[in-house]
Amino acid sequence: MIVTTTKGDMDDSQLEKREGTVDDENEFTTWVEYWLDGELVHRSAHVTLKKMPTFAGGVAASF
Amino acid sequence: MANTQSMVTSFLSELMLGQHQLGTSTIVSRGSLTAPTTDTVKAALYLASATVNASTTAYSATGEVSGSGYTAGGVTVTNANAPTSTNASSTAGVGYWTPSASIVYTAVTLATAFDAVLIYNSTQSNKAISVHTFGSQSITAGTFTLTMPASTTTTALIRLATT
Repeated sequence: MIVTTTKGDMDDSQLEKREGTVDDENEFTTWVEYWLDGELVHRSAHVTLKKMPTFAGGVAASF
Repeated sequence: MANTQSMVTSFLSELMLGQHQLGTSTIVSRGSLTAPTTDTVKAALYLASATVNASTTAYSATGEVSGSGYTAGGVTVTNANAPTSTNASSTAGVGYWTPSASIVYTAVTLATAFDAVLIYNSTQSNKAISVHTFGSQSITAGTFTLTMPASTTTTALIRLATT
């Protein structure tokens, strides 16, 4: 797979891939990094917002 | 300084003044009695060191991210969903709205950590709508995607409720 990097487009076989996730009440996030010889050359992230947190009173806004 | 997730307070009174028109236009706009238009909603990213919160009244470039591929002011939010309202009981209800597509910043490098997005109405003098925070991120020659929550009475991005 071709990856866009700070060095131009590269085949992912040349790169070290690192991935991670964050899952809490506010978001579900995945990220992917590609490294070349110890240098970060690509990082993307995808944040899925779960909801607006509740405010004082228990709702987003009240009349 | 820190960013705080919130619907901005000024948005509440502006709704009463009819200053925002989210979603597909179905009523005559404030700007024209003959050619209804839908407001353009935009999304700008803010550094983790910035301060955007309920007191924010309008978009500002102060504290906004900068970097390759990112344009000040952010990107346009796909705004095809009309706001919806439903009754929760005979005395309570919820009005809600969520953008109809993910917000995507493509081919950007944002080296300084950011953790918030400001949703604002660029048609109406960049009036702020809401601030949403997430875990601190940076992007290198990549894409940052914000996917919206389900548009329901309990999870929609913007919810106004009577109790």
